[in-house]
Amino acid sequence: MLGVQQRRAGRAGVDRAVVRVAEKTPVADGVVTLTLAAPDGGRLPDWTPGAHVDLTLDNGLTRQYSLCGDRWDARSYRVGVLLEPAGRGGSAYVHQQLEPGHVVGLGGPRNDFPLVPADSYLFVAGGIGITPVLPMVVQAELLRLDWRLLYGGRQRSSMAFLDELAAHGDRVQVRPQDEHGLLDLTGFLGEPRPGTRVYGCGPAPLLTALEGACAGWPPRTLHTERFVAAERGAPVRTTPFEVELHRSGRTVTVAPGTSVLDAIAGAGVEVLSSCRQGTCGTCETTVLAGQPDHRDALLDDEERAAADCMYPCVSRSCSDRLVLDL
Amino acid sequence: MTRTTSPTAGLPVSDADPFGHEVLEDPLPLHEQLREAGPVTWLSRYDVHALARYEEVHAALVDWQQFQSAAGVSLSNFRTEEPWRPPSLLLEADPPRHDAPRRVLTSVLGPRALRQLRERWAADAEELVDQVLAEGTEFDAVPALSQAFPLRVFPDAVGLGPDGRENLLPYGDHAFNAFGPSNDLVARGAPRVAELSGWVGEQCRRESLAEGGFGAAIWAAADRGDLTPQQAPLVVRSLLTAGVDTTVHGISAVLYAFATNPAQWARLRADPSLARVAFDEAIRWESPVQTFFRTTTTAVRIGDTVVPEGHKILMFLAAANRDPRRWTDPDAFDLGRDPSGHVGFGMGLHQCVGQHVARLEAESVLTALARRVARIELAGPTRRHHNNTLRAWDSLPMAVQLA
Repeated sequence: MLGVQQRRAGRAGVDRAVVRVAEKTPVADGVVTLTLAAPDGGRLPDWTPGAHVDLTLDNGLTRQYSLCGDRWDARSYRVGVLLEPAGRGGSAYVHQQLEPGHVVGLGGPRNDFPLVPADSYLFVAGGIGITPVLPMVVQAELLRLDWRLLYGGRQRSSMAFLDELAAHGDRVQVRPQDEHGLLDLTGFLGEPRPGTRVYGCGPAPLLTALEGACAGWPPRTLHTERFVAAERGAPVRTTPFEVELHRSGRTVTVAPGTSVLDAIAGAGVEVLSSCRQGTCGTCETTVLAGQPDHRDALLDDEERAAADCMYPCVSRSCSDRLVLDL
Repeated sequence: MTRTTSPTAGLPVSDADPFGHEVLEDPLPLHEQLREAGPVTWLSRYDVHALARYEEVHAALVDWQQFQSAAGVSLSNFRTEEPWRPPSLLLEADPPRHDAPRRVLTSVLGPRALRQLRERWAADAEELVDQVLAEGTEFDAVPALSQAFPLRVFPDAVGLGPDGRENLLPYGDHAFNAFGPSNDLVARGAPRVAELSGWVGEQCRRESLAEGGFGAAIWAAADRGDLTPQQAPLVVRSLLTAGVDTTVHGISAVLYAFATNPAQWARLRADPSLARVAFDEAIRWESPVQTFFRTTTTAVRIGDTVVPEGHKILMFLAAANRDPRRWTDPDAFDLGRDPSGHVGFGMGLHQCVGQHVARLEAESVLTALARRVARIELAGPTRRHHNNTLRAWDSLPMAVQLA
């Protein structure tokens, strides 16, 4: 509804790069979902199936989670988080310490696993790898395309979202390992045919097996997303940092909760911007030194690693000091 | 057009014709009237709800869930009326069908993709400005600069062949007229529609597009499977429809703004890095794309009015860009202002995908011009070009003083 709940665009002083935990719900053994909302209750940046967000947790860890909610609900995101006892603390923090009301840093959404056009889709999900697939099956349904999903897990009680998937009837094959053994990928995929795209997400051995099973299919049939525990360059700061504006010879301190864009404007240097969500690219700024903490939806991993430009409407700094060509 | 009284009690009504020649000549009085009437006004002549304030226009632009585009961003409602051409896969599409074409075009026209063009376009602009000034210090800026520069660089960037480029402007002009009602402007373009559409369709084929251009990059995306081979030519068509006239009128807008605001030109001369801000300020001030429609997907409350599902909403981008609730001294063209957040390129997931291309073209021209020209002023009567969607000039006679 307009008029009442909408937020004003481009207002200074609002940190777009955080979300508030609205709900935390156990959905299977070792799996919780988080519902995330903008602190002001406004719209969150748009996303497409396969997209993920970076969440920066209070313990300084940044973790990537696939969005598995409803993109028609502009005011909340949903992510599913598996407790990984052998992990490095991100999932344990979410399960044991993160509570409704807490605020976490947000990056993205970005999509490295987009659903490309096809005549039909075959989805294969292992365990928590179901999360990006959930919005994909919604999309395939909307487009009235033929699709099927093979969903494996250790045991039924550890497999999340079975209730939601039940609505799709026999398009979805649920195959817990303790009941059915290893997934029969070849049987599920059937004969190679053009026009079909296979999307797989899950543990590495499953994806390797899926690559083997798709060997006889046309090139570019298979799309996978691996759960890479890629450690981000530098830990994210929760303390102020300095931004040096090289051409104007000024330096500003950016406090937590203030965007770099607003801090720069406060120093009297205007940078043209538009969406203020890290999606349109208008405020692209050249980075001369320092390590940006990229929160935008535009740069891919390689471009992020290059650290030669940033979008100051949402992106921040990992280093004590950033030098910008402004 | 069956109703003559407001569909909702208390809802302001206007019988103005936003597409009539009087308004197209000077839309500002109507914009002010609609803004001041309330958050939403019913336009009785077309049975549409109009938004003219920044807050409501911005909210409708970003809310693709409640304000859809797939039923047409024109007065015509594609749910009940046949479009004049196959709908755009970008402008006239909603998620999920909108996703893949948008993703591909965003990448093809992204700021990083344009870095390779920056130096070449700067050199092209200097060459053009030198040519124009060599012929004299009085010229009509519309053909000499506003049209000449985009037509010089953009078709090459797309990868078009040398023949038929003169079709681009009339084709785009008709496409933007066609978003409005079937008035005399649409009728005037009708005789050439088949011929121009045929030519544009030819240019969208893989065989017509030179290697290394935006068009070839779109086809390469189809080869990668990011688009279907059926989608690729329509995505190229979007570039050719929306990428030329809009930029031409944007450059006219900023040149007219400077010619009538000499202090601002002096400011740009003193600090040429203001060229980017100057162009966006001109986009805010003049809004080359004046209006677009949406269609409600559900009953939507706007202010105290509930607009029913399936109704056409007319968003006055130009009125929002001069809304005093959002902008201080909105009628002033002022390089000291931060025009960020204007809705001249739209906002949200349909925001102009070519905005970085347009900015780079305009920045190239302004930078070249600022280097050579100390003063710029109007040298004769100007003439508007009427279009149902675009605010444009046919003629801008200018006199310049060389630096």
